[in-house]
Amino acid sequence: MPVTVFNKEEIHKSLVEVMDPEIPTLSVVDMGMITGVEETVTGVRVKMIPTFTACPALRVIKEMIKSKVESLGYENVEVQVDDSIIWNSDRITPNGKILLENFGLGTPQRHAGNFGLEEIAHSKCPHCGSEDTTMNSIFGSTLCRSTHFCFSCKQAFERFKPV
Amino acid sequence: MADDELIYGHRMSEWTGMGPIMEEDIAYSSMAQDKIGHALANYSILEKEFQTANPDKLAFFRKENEMMNCQLVELSNHEYDFSLVRHFLFDHADFIRYEMLSTSSFAPLAQLSKKIKGELKYHVLHADTWLTRLGNATDESHVRMQSALNELWNYALGIFEPSDFEAQLIAEKIFDGEKVLQQKWIEKISPIIEKANLKIPTSSSPVYGGRKGYHTDQLQPLLTEMAEVISSEAEGTEW
Repeated sequence: MPVTVFNKEEIHKSLVEVMDPEIPTLSVVDMGMITGVEETVTGVRVKMIPTFTACPALRVIKEMIKSKVESLGYENVEVQVDDSIIWNSDRITPNGKILLENFGLGTPQRHAGNFGLEEIAHSKCPHCGSEDTTMNSIFGSTLCRSTHFCFSCKQAFERFKPV
Repeated sequence: MADDELIYGHRMSEWTGMGPIMEEDIAYSSMAQDKIGHALANYSILEKEFQTANPDKLAFFRKENEMMNCQLVELSNHEYDFSLVRHFLFDHADFIRYEMLSTSSFAPLAQLSKKIKGELKYHVLHADTWLTRLGNATDESHVRMQSALNELWNYALGIFEPSDFEAQLIAEKIFDGEKVLQQKWIEKISPIIEKANLKIPTSSSPVYGGRKGYHTDQLQPLLTEMAEVISSEAEGTEW
């Protein structure tokens, strides 16, 4: 097979199809996990960052990214955890937030590193849009979620927490 | 630090399926997952920067007297009150420790600490919420919280047992030291304990030894259980 010519744009585009295993409608790009796509001497390096230190899906995500880029015809694809950048929820793209809501999760507000219990506790209901909600627990079914209840539509919901 | 996270993470995980209410079951399970992840991240730095054994070996194949965790984290969970007060005492110290280390001259640790402190924020909030709620709830809950605090206080002071490298760490601006950490910790937790209507024990005598490998009889059974699966497999097995 002829070696594919490095095309950063193309690789980046393909990564939009690599979904977060815990939120399968959201890509690693919308999640803000991709920090760089580089050409190396022999192939391609994709740099990425995990959302949480203890993210159990990290290995799977790395493998998914690798095989996606390989499917474009690239060889020697390396997926590297980027130690120079720290993930936070402000990195989720505006499109990512819409996808989170469509998935049924409340979204984190932008915080620029400055937020407390009030911001953590308050979430708009992803089902009916009401602000009349309460937080049941700052933990949820995955590390990135807290659990809430909406007084307006009387539904429990989870929210992607601000981190 | 890594041993603290590892042992405490396993203790927290023992609440999985046993929590007094579902939310607490989930909370302890989530925090356990964070702690073990933090342990792994710390062991990985040791492996990468100092060529130690790999994280699995460090976590599962060391003897009791080679574990450097403070004794506070190895104590059995007892009842929920005991676990909750320990969680409060330990996680505030842990949060401040990582906050201090986020400006460490040792870059890999500084970078990791910036990440971890953001996650620990949730652990601390969780602890504060329940401590103040139960300290002020019924007579029974109040008495239980106070007696757990009395019982755990000296162990908590053992978190700050200085290592033999204390002076060097401070001189090289890697860490400001256990004394500074303890001072910041007291300043942070005192008003919260007061808000919870509880009292810090007046007499204190720190339980040291953990950092040098001396442990209670509650650690070995935990280590045995932790290594039960890995020991049953052929050497080098990976999951």
